[in-house]
Amino acid sequence: MCTVHKVLLIEDDAAVRDGLEVALRRQGHEVRAASTGEDGLAQLRSSPCDLVLLDLMLPGIDGFEVCRRIRAAGSVPIIMFTARGDDLDVVGGLEAGADDYVVKPVEPRVLDARIRAVLRRADREPQERRSHGDLVIDRAALTVAKAGQPVALTPTELRTLLELSRSPGRVLNRQQLLQAVWGHDHLGDSRLVDACVQRLRAKIEDNPSAPVYVQTVRGFGYRFGPV
Amino acid sequence: MKGILAWLGGLRPRLVVAFVLVALASSAVAGAVSYRVARDALLADAQNTAMARTLNEVNAALPTLPYPPNQTALDAFARSLSGNVLVTYGDTLQARSGGPAPDALAGLRRDVPQHDGLRYQRVVVDGVPWLAYGSRIATTDGRPSGLEVYGLADLSGPQHSIDELARTTLQFTLLSLIPAIALALLAARGVLRPVRGLREAARRLAAGELDTRLRVRGSDELAELVSTFNDTAEALERNVNRLRRMESDARRFVADVSHELRTPLAAMVAVTDTLDEEAGGLSGDAATAARLISSETRKLATLVENLIEISRFDAGGAELRLDGPVDIGAAVSATLAARGWTDRIDTDLPQGIMADVDRRRLDIIVANLVGNALSHGAPPVTVTATRVRSVPEATAESAAGTVAASRVAEGVAVTVADRGPGLSPEVGPHVFDRFYKADTARGRSEGSGLGLAIALENARLHGGVIEACNRAGGGAEFRLILPRYQQRHQQPAREGAR
Repeated sequence: MCTVHKVLLIEDDAAVRDGLEVALRRQGHEVRAASTGEDGLAQLRSSPCDLVLLDLMLPGIDGFEVCRRIRAAGSVPIIMFTARGDDLDVVGGLEAGADDYVVKPVEPRVLDARIRAVLRRADREPQERRSHGDLVIDRAALTVAKAGQPVALTPTELRTLLELSRSPGRVLNRQQLLQAVWGHDHLGDSRLVDACVQRLRAKIEDNPSAPVYVQTVRGFGYRFGPV
Repeated sequence: MKGILAWLGGLRPRLVVAFVLVALASSAVAGAVSYRVARDALLADAQNTAMARTLNEVNAALPTLPYPPNQTALDAFARSLSGNVLVTYGDTLQARSGGPAPDALAGLRRDVPQHDGLRYQRVVVDGVPWLAYGSRIATTDGRPSGLEVYGLADLSGPQHSIDELARTTLQFTLLSLIPAIALALLAARGVLRPVRGLREAARRLAAGELDTRLRVRGSDELAELVSTFNDTAEALERNVNRLRRMESDARRFVADVSHELRTPLAAMVAVTDTLDEEAGGLSGDAATAARLISSETRKLATLVENLIEISRFDAGGAELRLDGPVDIGAAVSATLAARGWTDRIDTDLPQGIMADVDRRRLDIIVANLVGNALSHGAPPVTVTATRVRSVPEATAESAAGTVAASRVAEGVAVTVADRGPGLSPEVGPHVFDRFYKADTARGRSEGSGLGLAIALENARLHGGVIEACNRAGGGAEFRLILPRYQQRHQQPAREGAR
């Protein structure tokens, strides 16, 4: 893979920052680093990047808040670091809008695979745009519109929606989605899917607590429509 | 039936029986004594009255009797006496008045001629009690005159009174049982209430409510027992709290240290690939040093991960994450494939053996068991998945509550077997211990030394077990048995909650 991605690394520990910078650069990424959340947000504003690697434990505004602010401003994919790997961090980070997470210490190869999976663009497909109720999914242009208004989705959210809507009415379980969307192995964390679906519903559903497009099939997984 | 027997063996019925026996015995003795005294007094009174009257009449009429008497005089003498009397003279003459039955006097008539003074005996004729008495009569100079006087007094009047007395005594004896039983129950209650309180308190203590205390009432032996119980409970609570605090301190320390290690490790692990790649361009010692640091950093990272994992179990923070039924054969295959072990292992993993398991935890268990077999056992290593009828009772520390209270009926088993040296008797019991060295000569185990302990904790979290044993033909066998179903409440239902 020869694509050069611009990665913003927000990490307060200098050693970890330096180590990851070296590792990421050797994997072929272009890395910028910030030691605080404020600095990271400022860098993001001044020059956009393809992906943010975000440590959750930061001095000043913490990783969750940084995550929320990045999400409020745009759809740049976020992978968060958690030092503890406990559920509170993971759930909190995913709720704040992170696309994926890795637990420290992380092997450079694993991190690179995660980065590339999150940045993977959805495949353009020959199908025409198709409407599902108010929702219009254009598989060629890779855009989504709700009642005529374009909906800004992150790459992860878009891929999830495309995957689910490929055959409306068919149930996909979480492991299938993890493999198709995140490229995780058989042990992927199903909470990634749940969190992503939550965010997706918030953007495309009229009433996210009574979803029409992305429906839960309890005990199995998710289903798109049928609308 | 058993319950009734148990109840009969209880303190309360035993006390009641004892009280009743004591009451019966004492009132029976008292009744018997007073009955006897009263009866004797009544009878003596009746006897004395009858005998004194006859004696007085005989003394009054005797001077008018000619001696030796003829039949006519004897008849007149007999008629002058009141009541039922019989007067005899030698063997030839006799006279009766009131008609006493001769056979009622038969015994007495053999006895009287032999003795001086009044003789008497009690006889019963046709169910009526009589007093028979008689005496020979001496002449004025004291020689036997040949005259004998017998009387027969009706005792049915006094006997009636005596019977009445006996009945009353019996009634009062029986009546006394009521207060005896009442007293027994009262005493039993007085003893049993504190005993029941103690039993309940001991049960609560055993159930882990270490702050259980009882109020000390009074100053009897039971009160002493209660205060001893309180002292014991207090000592127990103090010790348990101290041990818990020490244990949680130690665990928190391990967890904190592990977390603190993670940050520098994160920096080091990030550059291990770089070290590996650059080592080729370095000269001799520097290359060795670079590779050594890189490989040991990875081991250290694994060790710290395992320490964090096991301290999470210790802290009770481990939870199952269930995403519906998992095909065990497929999951085990995926675990083997992910680690590149597929070619080194013989498998028998049929499809369709489903169970509610946490995939990540199953992966950890299988990886540790197979990794252990590969490094300590010898080929061929085999992995098989089967259905089993039931899951054996897990040991004391099982994650109670994750499985229904009734023992899970169905289970799934994953068996990892090898043809190595097997488990020696010394190693066997410790194979799941943390950092246990099977070979004491070896300074450091190849893995983290926590692998099997973590595997066991993960199995227990599912309500399952891991059994380790030696195979018949040589080699070790580790058998993971997990219940087929888990209670569903642990599955996070996020979308519904919001």
